[in-house]
Amino acid sequence: MSTVKEKNWVNYYFQSVSGIVGAVLILLVLIASLASAFGILPHDPLEQNPVDALKGPSGTYWFGTDQFGRDIFSRCLDGVRRSMTVSITAVTIATLVGVFLGVVGGYFGKALDSLVVRLSDVIFAFPAILLALAIVNSLGNSWIDTSLAIAVVYTPIFIRVARGPVLSVKEMDYVKAVRILGFSTPRAIFSHVLPNVLPPILIQVALSLSWAILTESGLSFLGLGTQPPDASLGLMVSEAQPLAAFAWWSLAFPSILITVIVIGLNLVGDGLRDALDPARRSS
Amino acid sequence: MLTTLFGISIFVFIVLRVIPGDSITGSLGIETGALSETQIQALREYYGIDKSLIGQYLSWMTSFLRGDLGFAYSNGVSVLELTKAALPVTMELALVGTVLGVIMGISVGIFSASKPGSIRDFAGQFFGLLALAIPGFVLSTALVTIMANKFQYFPNGLEYMTPWQNLSTNLQQMLFPGLVLGIAVAAPVMRTTRSALLETVDKDFVRTAHGKGVKARTVQFKHVLRNSLIPIVTMTGIQFGYLLGGAVIVEKIFALPGMGRQILDAINKREYATVQSSVMIFAILFVTINLLTDLIYRKIDPRIK
Repeated sequence: MSTVKEKNWVNYYFQSVSGIVGAVLILLVLIASLASAFGILPHDPLEQNPVDALKGPSGTYWFGTDQFGRDIFSRCLDGVRRSMTVSITAVTIATLVGVFLGVVGGYFGKALDSLVVRLSDVIFAFPAILLALAIVNSLGNSWIDTSLAIAVVYTPIFIRVARGPVLSVKEMDYVKAVRILGFSTPRAIFSHVLPNVLPPILIQVALSLSWAILTESGLSFLGLGTQPPDASLGLMVSEAQPLAAFAWWSLAFPSILITVIVIGLNLVGDGLRDALDPARRSS
Repeated sequence: MLTTLFGISIFVFIVLRVIPGDSITGSLGIETGALSETQIQALREYYGIDKSLIGQYLSWMTSFLRGDLGFAYSNGVSVLELTKAALPVTMELALVGTVLGVIMGISVGIFSASKPGSIRDFAGQFFGLLALAIPGFVLSTALVTIMANKFQYFPNGLEYMTPWQNLSTNLQQMLFPGLVLGIAVAAPVMRTTRSALLETVDKDFVRTAHGKGVKARTVQFKHVLRNSLIPIVTMTGIQFGYLLGGAVIVEKIFALPGMGRQILDAINKREYATVQSSVMIFAILFVTINLLTDLIYRKIDPRIK
C-alpha cells in the first residue's frame, strides 16, 4: 500500500478546461431532459395557441412560438429529451453488443473472430446516415426503431475499439498467469481483460453519443424519425425551413441546441482522452 | 474486398428485402385489400417475390452484375438510367466539398499551429469544434434562408444544370452545398494538420534546416508542411467517403438530383428496387474510395508495406 494517494482519472478529468466545460454543458442537457420527462415545462409542448402564433422570444415564450402558437422553449426541451433518449439507448446497445463481440472475438480468435471482423467491415462500408436511413425505412419510425438503426451503425466502432486492446492484453503475462492459475475464461475476461480495455471504450462512448445525436436529428430532419406533432430537434429545424425568413427564432434555437449538445459531448470526449491517457497526462 | 462486397450485398438484401414485408403492399398500400387471390399471385410472380429468399437474392445479384438494376415502378425508368444521371452530380459535389474543405482545413490548421496556446490557436480550435458540431442540415437551412431572403440569391431554385449545359450556373449551384460539406471535412483536416505540424516542428531535420540558415518561410513550407502531408492526405481520403453520406441530406435541401436524393425519393415512393440497387451502388462507391485512399497512403508513405 502506498501512503501517497494516487490521483485517479476523475481528478485529472477536472483539470482540463474542455472537460469541465463539456461536463457542465452535458449536465444542463440532462437536467433539461429530466425536466421534460417529469413534465416540468413552462407550456405543454403540443398545446396550440393560434392567437400567439409566430411570436418572438418574450417573458411568456422564452424562445418564441411556432406557426401554431406552440411554445418553442418547451418543444426544444422535449426534443432534447427525445434525442437524448434515442442516442443513449442506441449507444448503450452498440456498446454492449460491440464490446461483447469485440472481446469475445479478440480473446478466442479463429473463425469466430474473422466472422466478427467481416461483419464490422460490411457495416463500415456504408456512410452512417445512409445505413441508418435504410434500416429505419425497413423497421419503422418509433423511437426504438430509430435507436436500433443507430445502434447497428455504431456497433462496429465498439467492436474495433474493444478487439484491438484485447489482442494485446491477452498475451500479457498477468492474463496468462490467470489462465495458468485455472480461473475460468469468463472470469479472466471480466476481471482482468475488460478493465484494461475500458478507457478507450469510455472515450468512444462520449464520441459515439455525439454522432448518434447528429444521426438522430438528421433522420428526424428527413422525416424518418420522430413524427409530428411530437417535437424533435431535427424535425423542428425541418419545420422551421419555410418560417425562418420572418421568424428566425424557430430555426435558431433548435439549431443552437443540437450544436451545443454535440460540442458538449465532444469536449467530454476530449477531457476523458486527456484524463485516461497517461502519455498525454504528463504533458 | 470481394468478400466485403459479397457481405454488403447480403446485408443490403436482408435489410431492405426481408424486413419490409413485400413490395405489393408497399406500392399499392391499402388498395392491396381489394385484390383477388389470383391477382396477388400474379403480382407476386411479376415482382419475383414468389421465389424463395435465396432465389430472390440470386436473381437480384445476377441481374445486378449484368447491369440490370431494376425499374422504378412509378415511371418505368430503369435504375441504371437514373444512376447514370445522378452519380456524376454526387461525385462533383463530393469533389467540390473536398477541395473547399481541404483548403479551409489546412489554412486554419497552419494558422492554429503557428503559435500553439495563443488566442489564434484557440480561435482555430474553436472553429474545428464548431465545424464538427453543426449538422450539415442546420448549416444548409441557415444558408438557404439567408441567401434567398437577404440577398435574393438562390441558384439552386433554378433547374439543375450539368457542367456541360451551363458551367457557370452549375458551379453556382454546387458552391453552397459544397461549402456545407466542405466545413464538415475541414474540421478533422484542421485537427490533423495542426497536430501533424506541431509534431514535425520538433523534428531534428527542422532544427538543422533552421541552423543552416534556410529562410523561416521556406522551412515552414518545404520541410514542415511537406512532411506533415501524409496524415492530412489520409484524413482527406477518409472524409471523402463520409462526405457521400452527408450528400444525402445536403442534396435534398439544395435540390441537387444526385444519388442521395435518388435514394430519398425512392424511399418516399416505396420503390424498393431503386432503394436496394442505389444503396448497393453507394456502398460499392464508398468501399472503392476507401481502397483508393489506402493505395495512395501506401504510395506516399514508403514506410508502410
